[in-house]
Amino acid sequence: MNPTDLALQLWPAAASATAVETDWLILAFTVLTLLLTVPVFVAITWFAIRYRQGEEADRSHGNVRSVLIEISWMLIPFLLTLIFFVWGARLFFISKQVPGDAMVVEAIGRQWMWKFQHPTGQSEINDLHLPIGQPIKIRMISQDVIHNLYLPALRMQMATLPDRYTELWFKADRTGSYRLYCSEYCGTDHSKMDGTLTLMTQADYAAWLQNAGAQQGGQAGAGRVVYESYGCGACHDPGAKVRAPSLAGLYGREVRLADGRTVTADETYLRDKILNPNRQKLAADYKQVMPAFRNVIPPDDLDRLVSYLKSTGATAQQEAQP
Amino acid sequence: MTSGTITDGPALRDPHTPDSRIGHGADYLHAEHTLRSWFFTTDHKRIALLYLASITAFFVIGAVTAGLVRLALVVPDGQVFTNDTYNKLFTIHGVVMVWFFLIPSIPATFGNFLIPLMIGARDLAFPKLNLASWYVFMTGALFTLASVVLGGVDTGWTFYTPLSTAFSNTWVVPALIGVTIVGFSSILTGLNFVVTIHTMRAPGMTWFRLPIFVWTHYATSLIFLLATPVITVALILLIAERAFHIGVFDPAYGGDPVLFQHLFWFYSHPAVYIMVLPGMGVISEIVPAFAQKKLFGYKFVAYAAIGLASVTFFVWGHHMFVNGQSDFASVAFSVLSFAVAVPSAVKVYNWTATIHKGSLKLDTPMLYAMGYIGLFVLGGLTGLYLATLAINQHVHATYFVVAHFHYIMVGGTVLAFLGGLHFWWPKITGRMYIEAWGRISAFLIFIGFNVTFFPQFILGYLGMPRRYHVYPPEFQFLNILSSAGSTILAVGYLFPMVYLVYSIWFGKRAPANPWDAKGLEWTVPSPPPAHNFLTEPVAPKVPYDYPLQARETGRQHS
Ligand code: HEM
Ligand SMILES: [Cu+2]
Repeated sequence: MNPTDLALQLWPAAASATAVETDWLILAFTVLTLLLTVPVFVAITWFAIRYRQGEEADRSHGNVRSVLIEISWMLIPFLLTLIFFVWGARLFFISKQVPGDAMVVEAIGRQWMWKFQHPTGQSEINDLHLPIGQPIKIRMISQDVIHNLYLPALRMQMATLPDRYTELWFKADRTGSYRLYCSEYCGTDHSKMDGTLTLMTQADYAAWLQNAGAQQGGQAGAGRVVYESYGCGACHDPGAKVRAPSLAGLYGREVRLADGRTVTADETYLRDKILNPNRQKLAADYKQVMPAFRNVIPPDDLDRLVSYLKSTGATAQQEAQP
Repeated sequence: MTSGTITDGPALRDPHTPDSRIGHGADYLHAEHTLRSWFFTTDHKRIALLYLASITAFFVIGAVTAGLVRLALVVPDGQVFTNDTYNKLFTIHGVVMVWFFLIPSIPATFGNFLIPLMIGARDLAFPKLNLASWYVFMTGALFTLASVVLGGVDTGWTFYTPLSTAFSNTWVVPALIGVTIVGFSSILTGLNFVVTIHTMRAPGMTWFRLPIFVWTHYATSLIFLLATPVITVALILLIAERAFHIGVFDPAYGGDPVLFQHLFWFYSHPAVYIMVLPGMGVISEIVPAFAQKKLFGYKFVAYAAIGLASVTFFVWGHHMFVNGQSDFASVAFSVLSFAVAVPSAVKVYNWTATIHKGSLKLDTPMLYAMGYIGLFVLGGLTGLYLATLAINQHVHATYFVVAHFHYIMVGGTVLAFLGGLHFWWPKITGRMYIEAWGRISAFLIFIGFNVTFFPQFILGYLGMPRRYHVYPPEFQFLNILSSAGSTILAVGYLFPMVYLVYSIWFGKRAPANPWDAKGLEWTVPSPPPAHNFLTEPVAPKVPYDYPLQARETGRQHS
């Protein structure tokens, strides 16, 4: 489902009361802007015509007392705009006071995908499904560079920083699907680090958690997410461009190495292969192209990844032994 | 002493050893002809031309990469370039435009050329330092161009860490070295201007008789001196971290990436005023000349220049409202930003009041000035939107920001630069350009600019993030519109490059004061003599000494 099918959109969809108020704020501000500028533009054009050299005009200009004029035309616009400062700051503060009953969703940004984990343990990549009518707090962190989780339909965004948690919260009140983006430039595929925010009723959300898309909890399920997020499949999935051994069913099998030795693909082998793929562990008939993931995959993700690889091994073995 | 009538007053200390080869009254362009006389000149006017040639070249590089970026964005699925190429293109565009065009533009060219003429001095206080600063500038540029030739940089002009230090596989270090070196050139220029304005004013040229152009350059120089060292240190730390893994910014080594943003914007927000104040200075010269009227609120405009330069040091945090900064800090930065933005934006009221009851000539410089006013106001006021916390949470890092800073930087700097170029072109080259062509260029640029950038405000509010190569299809229409506008804009920029160059050989000879303008620079022949003044300059009793009753007769070419 696409968030919008319009060829040309002129106003963004708003999915929360805060979003609607932000729109009012910007509209009102625009009215003030026009009040402050249109007279100037009109005056300049008018003067340019009226006082054009050679035109008849009264050009007597005595010594105008400018101090009063100067002060008032600086002060009055300043005071007028301050209304918008206060309004904007108020909305901002509200968007910083997280309600106690907020549902906490964990988000991880990394080059170049978002990973979201629901409080019940399910997780999803890039897309995010959430209930309306319920305050939601997204607690987020980055695994590499600075990213920024941007939810335009809620008029909200927040940076994700390496090594430091940040958060944003909102309460949506309109169902539908909307876009979500990374808005802090984060390298090559920055512009592909986007997804869909699907806002659903509480009941639909509960049902969705039960059956639909999100990866069920458990080590192996989470491990599949890790597998995808590091792009392992780019080489190891069937049909991948780079020639690399298939990992399905690898666990527990004998592997012949390039130096002639044979080892059993046990848990230690899997871990070692991921962290230092090329240290005398190159499989026979393959080129040395796999990057080392030492210091790249954090330990808990590595656990999940190995669990996932083991699980594919188990199924493959069951199939292989009738 | 070659320029015989000059008496050696204290304000006319001659930093040159008088050169006997220069004939009496020879203008600075023809005083000497060798290549050496250009590349080793210490004449501020020739150095200004060295800068003019260099920054024009950089502008062309910046404009071509911008054109390619706009070309890529005509389609939403990123088919024109790879993501990597696209990222390098917008990075080069940003780096070159900000560091090698906008920041040096007006100060290094018109500032260098005009400040001594305007204050009645024979040169800047340190002519050799002035030449050195051009060499420093070119050395920095060489490094940055080397990084482009070697394969490019993809970090964005902001070089945020840890992307720039640990994750980018491109030529970050040469680019950083280049930008660091260019900073030293700014510092040298700033130092030279401050000392010159303090010590080399002609007798009678008191502070409140200085043209606003000089005031704004004084304020700009203070920013050069006080802010540039901060970015220099930040960039050196960045290089050290990338090269030697010293943990300053990267949390992997115990650093803090937000610290870099603080240091970066502590320089880069004031840098906005490095770009804007000189532009205000140029407009404050053009408007009175073409209205034949004293600048309205002269003292206020002068004070405002210094005031804005000071307050701009306290608003850097408005670039970090959504980067995990404390809420209290955000509120403080927000209200302080209002305090800078409003006075900047309402400066246009002064120019408007100056035009009132004037005797207006709508020649090219004035058309540029009027275009400037329109764009600058829109840029300044949308800055206020960004400074409003709740709005920033939505439009931060979207195309709204791109539109905003282009209105400010192109409106505030490029239009003022082009206006100034046409205004002082007769003085600089001794030749007139063809007026009709100038007017066409001003119209093309104004229209092209608005068609290019206005749609980006809407794109940003709709939620299109900046620096996106691939974007959702609903944004395509506005992107095509913007790219179409940029084509008009490009043609507009090409025009002056052609007819101005043409005028150097075929233009009518320019009189000393083609615009009936006031100011010491118009009292010397066009082009000025090598030592600026043939007779001792006499400061006017009041700045912008236009007759109280604006003249109604037509322009006189004397
Ligand atoms: C005067 C000339 C100005 C220039 C050349 C300028 C330039 C810029 C630039 C280059 C950015 C982009 C930063 C980025 O890469 O994210 C920016 C952002 C911003 N500008 Fe300006 N600006 C100017 C004036 C103002 C004024 C007067 C204000 C308002 C007080 C303002 C407020 C902001 C804010 C709040 C942002 C941050 C936007 C965001 O990241 O969400 N600017 N400006
Ligand atoms: Cu990102």
